[in-house]
Amino acid sequence: MFGFHYRLERSAMGLVLAVIAAGSVGGLIEIAPLFTIDETVEKAADMRVYTPLELAGRNIYIREGCYACHSQMIRTLRDEVDRYGPYSLAVESQYDHPMLWGSKRTGPDLARVGGKYSDQWHVAHMINPRDVVPVSKMPRYGWLAQNTLETEDLGLHLKAQRRVGVPYTDEMIANAQADAYGQTAPDSEHAKGVAQRYGEATQVRAFDGDPGRVTEMDAMVAYLQILGRLTDAAHSPADKTAEAKR
Amino acid sequence: MAVEERDPHSGYLTTGHEWNGIKELNTPVPRVVFVFLALTFAFSLVYWLLMPSFPVGTTYLKGLLGVDQRTAVTEELRRASASRAAWARRIETADYATIRADPNLMGLVRETGRPLFGDNCAVCHGTDAKGGPGFPNLTSGSWLWGGKPEDVARTLQVGINAAHPDTRASQMLAFGRDGMLSREDVDAVAAYVQSLSDRSVSSGPDAASAAAGAKVFASKCVACHGPAAKGSTSIGAPDLTDAFWIYGGDRSSIRASIWGGRQGHMPSWEARLTDLDRKILTLYVLDLGARAP
Repeated sequence: MFGFHYRLERSAMGLVLAVIAAGSVGGLIEIAPLFTIDETVEKAADMRVYTPLELAGRNIYIREGCYACHSQMIRTLRDEVDRYGPYSLAVESQYDHPMLWGSKRTGPDLARVGGKYSDQWHVAHMINPRDVVPVSKMPRYGWLAQNTLETEDLGLHLKAQRRVGVPYTDEMIANAQADAYGQTAPDSEHAKGVAQRYGEATQVRAFDGDPGRVTEMDAMVAYLQILGRLTDAAHSPADKTAEAKR
Repeated sequence: MAVEERDPHSGYLTTGHEWNGIKELNTPVPRVVFVFLALTFAFSLVYWLLMPSFPVGTTYLKGLLGVDQRTAVTEELRRASASRAAWARRIETADYATIRADPNLMGLVRETGRPLFGDNCAVCHGTDAKGGPGFPNLTSGSWLWGGKPEDVARTLQVGINAAHPDTRASQMLAFGRDGMLSREDVDAVAAYVQSLSDRSVSSGPDAASAAAGAKVFASKCVACHGPAAKGSTSIGAPDLTDAFWIYGGDRSSIRASIWGGRQGHMPSWEARLTDLDRKILTLYVLDLGARAP
């Protein structure tokens, strides 16, 4: 065996070919399973896409680096299921590009935070976390309430998401800007379009408490309030037993 | 074309390279390294066989041990609830008064209620349940929607102004902003409302204003808050005569409430917490209030 290596390392071309062959084994083992990864993700018929406003909130979540302290993945451990709710399924982040599972928790997991607290709480918490949770060490994000949300390019964001597999329709892309406004203004005529395109269950309200204007706070709270609510797959016991048997 | 020259001092073969009379030794990698390498190879092969490993088309290799974390955690949760079953059934079936009179059951309620409250309720109501600006104090004994166990349980179940179809719903209108009261009237009513719980207002410099506010109150506010301003727990209208305020009882806070309206929101917990968990929380919260100084 060592005699073979002794001879191999004395032949330049032979050694190069051997290195490539050895390297490909590792590559093959890591890459080949990805060819069928779509087959291993569960199906959820009720899965819906992010609205333009929620997608904008997601972009702010990424911009502000929230994922550095908050995970979005409930693991299959008893204490996590007890605290946060049913463990996360792959299908729940099907439309997350990139996924925001995270790997570190300085703050709590946010995978199912949607609907857990009120909008007012989220706004107060963003402006100064210590106002509502005295021991919190989260930084303040008060400027979100002042910054007007940039909505001009939301159609392009939707388009980019469609390129990587999120089923946005042409109509959704064309109306992205109006829908972002409509979702924060329940009394406006644009609100109807949001419900029509994204489903009646879409949360349409003035998330930051001010219906007049679309702020980054609106987008952020809209995003936080939809987390874990794009599909009920994780909550339905039938799907879960089918999944466990598979 | 191996170089068969052995170094007389170390006993190793040389590479055959020579620089100014110094020859390079061909020192082999210690054997123990190869042994460990072989061991890790062997371990990985065994591990692949025993544990879930590669995806194969629409499924994956499940391994001989049949380990599955999802069934494991489901089983663990089932066992945990089975170990609670004995006393959980007693809490589920007994009525509130019986449980509150039973020190053993109340001990269990306090023990399990604390983490439940901490995980779900404390971020708004505070770890001590004393609330904060905009979020009610649960230990004060003053309840918007009633403080009987059934009322508290109902609020937990359906929420207030929540997404639940049967949610409790109420709204304090924006009397100032929406033009139902003039600026002077808002000021006067604010003075009157403050005087209800703070006697010094009626005798101070704002006495006239408070008296004028009483008339406005009688025409605009009594529908919900009642003629004696005691509120109504059936529509979630607060008692304005006590010392407990959700949004603050100073003049400017009262004025802000009348001017801009209020509509608090409490999520519905029906989908997130089991019936048992909500019953424990109801008992826990009422117990906190009963024991609060």
